[in-house]
Amino acid sequence: MAQQTHKTKEPLFHIAKRDAIVWWKAWGIRIAAILLALVVSGLVSFLLTGENPLRIYVTMLDGAFGTKRRIWGMLQNLAMLLCVSVAVTPAFKMRFWNIGAEGQVLVGGLASAACMILLGDKLPNALLLLVILAASVLAGALWALIPAVFRAKWMTNETLFTLMMNYIAIQLVSFFVYKWSVPKGSGQVGVINRATHAGWMPVIGKYDYLLNILIVAAITLFMYIYLKYSKHGYEIAVVGESENTARYIGIPVKKVIIRTMLISGAICGLAGMLLVSGTDHTISRDTAAGRGFTAIMVSWMAKFNPVFMVLTAFLIAFLEKGATEVSTAFGLNESFSDIITGIIIFFIIGCEFFIQYTVKFREKEAAK
Amino acid sequence: MKQNLIRLTSAVLAGSLCMGLAACGEPGTGSGGDAKEGKKSVKVGLICLHDENSTYDLNFLNGLNEAKKALGLSDDQVIIKKNIPESNECKEAAVDLADRGCDIIFADSFGHEPYLLEAAEAYPDVQFCHATGTLAHTEKRDNFHDAFASIYEGRYLAGIAAGLKLNEMIDDGKIKPEEAVMGYVGAYTYAEVISGYTSFYLGAKSVCPSTTMKVQFTGSWYDETAEKEAATKLISENCVLISQHADSMGAPTACENGRVPNISYNGSTKDACPNTFIVSSRIDWMPYYVYAIQCVQNGEQIKTDWVGDLSTGSVRLTEVNEQAAAAGTQAAIDEAAAKLKSGELHVFDTSAFTVEGKMLTSYEADVDTDAEYKPDTEVIKDGYFHESEYRSAPYFDIKIDGIEQLNTMF
Repeated sequence: MAQQTHKTKEPLFHIAKRDAIVWWKAWGIRIAAILLALVVSGLVSFLLTGENPLRIYVTMLDGAFGTKRRIWGMLQNLAMLLCVSVAVTPAFKMRFWNIGAEGQVLVGGLASAACMILLGDKLPNALLLLVILAASVLAGALWALIPAVFRAKWMTNETLFTLMMNYIAIQLVSFFVYKWSVPKGSGQVGVINRATHAGWMPVIGKYDYLLNILIVAAITLFMYIYLKYSKHGYEIAVVGESENTARYIGIPVKKVIIRTMLISGAICGLAGMLLVSGTDHTISRDTAAGRGFTAIMVSWMAKFNPVFMVLTAFLIAFLEKGATEVSTAFGLNESFSDIITGIIIFFIIGCEFFIQYTVKFREKEAAK
Repeated sequence: MKQNLIRLTSAVLAGSLCMGLAACGEPGTGSGGDAKEGKKSVKVGLICLHDENSTYDLNFLNGLNEAKKALGLSDDQVIIKKNIPESNECKEAAVDLADRGCDIIFADSFGHEPYLLEAAEAYPDVQFCHATGTLAHTEKRDNFHDAFASIYEGRYLAGIAAGLKLNEMIDDGKIKPEEAVMGYVGAYTYAEVISGYTSFYLGAKSVCPSTTMKVQFTGSWYDETAEKEAATKLISENCVLISQHADSMGAPTACENGRVPNISYNGSTKDACPNTFIVSSRIDWMPYYVYAIQCVQNGEQIKTDWVGDLSTGSVRLTEVNEQAAAAGTQAAIDEAAAKLKSGELHVFDTSAFTVEGKMLTSYEADVDTDAEYKPDTEVIKDGYFHESEYRSAPYFDIKIDGIEQLNTMF
């Protein structure tokens, strides 16, 4: 700690790595960061708009929880974001930077839409749903398999590869949206099978999103157990720490990479199905709505732990709903809510630095 | 340690839920404004695809603001939701507006329609009005309505300005009559766009008979780069005047850079393009907003399909830019507008165009939306194509002679 006692030119403060930190200190830092973020964003919003910051926070809460419907809507957003975040997590844990979730979700959604359009009047609904499930999971898995194979066999850069696969998926969706557009040429598929509801996921009671939420909860739980208690999960962790170590102790690295990406892509594909067959009942370039990228942050902030991810996904879903409400209620530009969200996320990510490291000030002369 | 963490996180979650439930107690917005002149106090919602940074949405926002002023509505009688995508989010936004007590809810983008319709099914007592949609006349719901404007008339008038400019170039010896080729940047190969560029072409042809036109589609309603590229491509293919049906500044900018005259859309681009902007047509949504909101105030039924035109003030042309336009443009536009209003002139008069060399005497259009694009309604009567009569959204989708599609974007 105070090993540097020489007189010459000691900087005012320096940064040192912490060994370990007790949980309550870590959470203390996190809560302090959130409070600080609220103060700063309150100050910024007061300076920029002249609105009372407290009113802004109340409006944010109102936007996310104001009515029963809003709570459901927020839970649905949370579930979808969580689903994609859980999907990218095994790959991340393996230090495989899968930033192609957006594309994997899109092709999954595209497969669902294709089944709904092409087979909608040909199969009984239960069978159709199974076909949709298989098609979307396979499509997502395939989209992840391609970069995984290249990485495993030829050591290509997976970050670039998965990123590029996104654009291929977007263009593929554009192509089919042109092809299937209703009315002709409108560039919109519209709601598929609006009259027959063929290929629509069933609704539990009156709760439109409950089935989605339950499915995602099950996936999250599965992923938690898979990563923490299964042999596969252990292999993923070892490959992530060091491929050489993994090879040394006899873990088939290539197989692990490909298998893990298949799982990652399959869950993304399923997320595509939940969006297309479960809620939107249409397909467009925006079906994934950037979740593939936001998921990276959600997964990272939760330190790749699927259970914490519920919390981080909640934070993002809450901020989104709340910030949108702020811009509606105060007639502000959407960019304003992005600024507030940005400030809050900046503090939350930034505070991790203070959990990992500690700032040490120069000891005062008087102390000597 | 893990146990504690989980306990803490659930405590935080529960805490924030409590705060949220406390917040539900106060609805936030008061109980509407004071009832003016004995009329029913009305609350209005608007759902926009983007915000004021898009010229398309700005046009709707301006329209509603003017209607709000004209009807004397207070701030808390109007709720606007911006940046609502064309997905389930639109339904969420619409039902949320209904939950807050909106009596009438508007949406501005074509892809919002099916989701707005779902909201209309859930809230039979709330009126839902959709701009540019095609479903209302077949859905036959008392609370779901489509609206459009006969913007093809506006484009026809803008086309006259284009034709006069071409004539000026021919008279000045800059081009030969057969070189009077116009270029058009379209979004999709969609009836609304085809109807638009055909009426523009027919307007130009009515004063400059030798003109022809090339159309390049971008496959997007808003893609500045693609629109700029398309306009540049058309200019390089010797198009001497450009117009567009897309929402960015892409085409006007390309025209200003290349010093090629431009007929704009959605509003004046004169400030950015002082040398090339001639005139622009646009839809003014204010008359529709006033009409529909008044219907609710008076307890009257809103029309299933409402079409605004030149006489309702829904179809407007901006001021003509004298610096770029040919002499006498304003007078020619005024004269034709009067004829359109009186019914003496019809834009899609079948004697004014041919299809594969022949005059059209019969055409079945796809008026009722279906996935097979089945033609269902005879639309040629009394010597002209009856656009926007059987539903508000355009359905003219015929390829006429003199217009060449360089690509297609379905």
